[in-house]
Amino acid sequence: MALLASGATLLAVDAPNPWFSPSYIQDNADTILAALRQHVILTVSAVVIGTLIALPLALLARRSKTISAAILSGSTIIYTIPSLAMFAFLFPYTGLTIETVIIGLVLYSLVILVRNFLAGLQAVPADVREAAIGMGYGPARMLVFVEIPMALPTFFAGLRIATVSTVALATVGVIVGFGGLGNVLVAGFNNNFFRAPIATAAALCVLLALAFDVLLALSARLLTPWSRGRS
Amino acid sequence: MSAIGDAVLYLNDPLNWTRTNGLLDRLVEHITISAVATGVAAAIALPLAIWFGHTGRGGAFTIALSNVSRAVPTLALLIVFAVTPIGFGNRATTIALALFAIPPILTNAYVGFREVDRDIVESAGAMGMSPLQVIARVELPLAVPAIMVGLRTAAVQVVATATLAALVGGGGLGAPIVLAFAQQNDGLALAAGFLVAALALLTEVLLVLAARLVTPGPAARRLPRRLRLRTETV
Repeated sequence: MALLASGATLLAVDAPNPWFSPSYIQDNADTILAALRQHVILTVSAVVIGTLIALPLALLARRSKTISAAILSGSTIIYTIPSLAMFAFLFPYTGLTIETVIIGLVLYSLVILVRNFLAGLQAVPADVREAAIGMGYGPARMLVFVEIPMALPTFFAGLRIATVSTVALATVGVIVGFGGLGNVLVAGFNNNFFRAPIATAAALCVLLALAFDVLLALSARLLTPWSRGRS
Repeated sequence: MSAIGDAVLYLNDPLNWTRTNGLLDRLVEHITISAVATGVAAAIALPLAIWFGHTGRGGAFTIALSNVSRAVPTLALLIVFAVTPIGFGNRATTIALALFAIPPILTNAYVGFREVDRDIVESAGAMGMSPLQVIARVELPLAVPAIMVGLRTAAVQVVATATLAALVGGGGLGAPIVLAFAQQNDGLALAAGFLVAALALLTEVLLVLAARLVTPGPAARRLPRRLRLRTETV
């Protein structure tokens, strides 16, 4: 800054390139907020859709060993496929759209969720189930009022892992142009290694993951008041 | 269907494999980066895990590290490295991937050591084994299945994330994928995606088999499922 004030000319390589620059954030607030909004949309839709698919799958997997083995090995295979390859598989069919990213993210979150949902449902003690049957509970009522509440802590553990990983993974969506904060990261890289957007977007990614994690942990506490006294 | 046809066609053209920066070059590059990164991570994480696991210290640190590392996007770290003196290219990629491979290896090996029955450790000591003997002859063999799960998780993750290096000017099998997106080339996207996915699956299968080979005793027939530390336990 002293150099600038003295009126000396600066070579591009000597130009100041700070990691954190309040003026960058101020000047580009619109871009950053739009990227953040897209990141939240990607994460929330992927986890919500993943949950809606994972719950019926877990219920189905519970019914027979064959189905659960098929679902678990299928999910291992999906989880092993690298994200960039997944987007490459989807690209010929869904093109450069936000759907490509969301479908890919849904598949990954689904894998984590279905395992945790299944583990949670299987961990419901048999005597609790029998007591519910003895009290006249049918299968649907037992699921909603006995099994799901008992499995909620495990459900939420899965939701937290899935959400945090999805926030990190969504950045890769930049390959089709919809990567939320990933767009800002790569733009900074392509823009002559401009550090301010890179550091800002990276920090926001971690903060967003943390915020989602805290939010889910708090909801889990609120929704399962009976488990509070233990730990 | 034409995209699949194009992909088959691309993979069947020998020139696409053998030319400079062709698929073979990229494959070798990808495997080299992944092997070095996993090796370096194991060389750092395993001694640390043995120390932590044997003494019972560092558990909170290990769990915190594995949780924090999940929240940091690999892409972000690769790009952050690119604008520091580490720079970009294959060396920077290897460092970033090694950093991300440390938490799974450390966590699984640590849990493997802690899950060794304390009675067995105590009786080993009572039989006159020195601490080093207890580690080498009792704890380590019993922790091998868990250690192998950690190595497998890390290796598969490294192979998968090595593709991201291409987004910041690196090589490996991600490069043809990035090119395919830039050129809107459906066939190439499918072909390169297939190769990366196949490589990741192959890594998984090979390391499952390797775990069977190195696990001593009848435990080889009952390998644990992938150990996953729940954030709930923190």
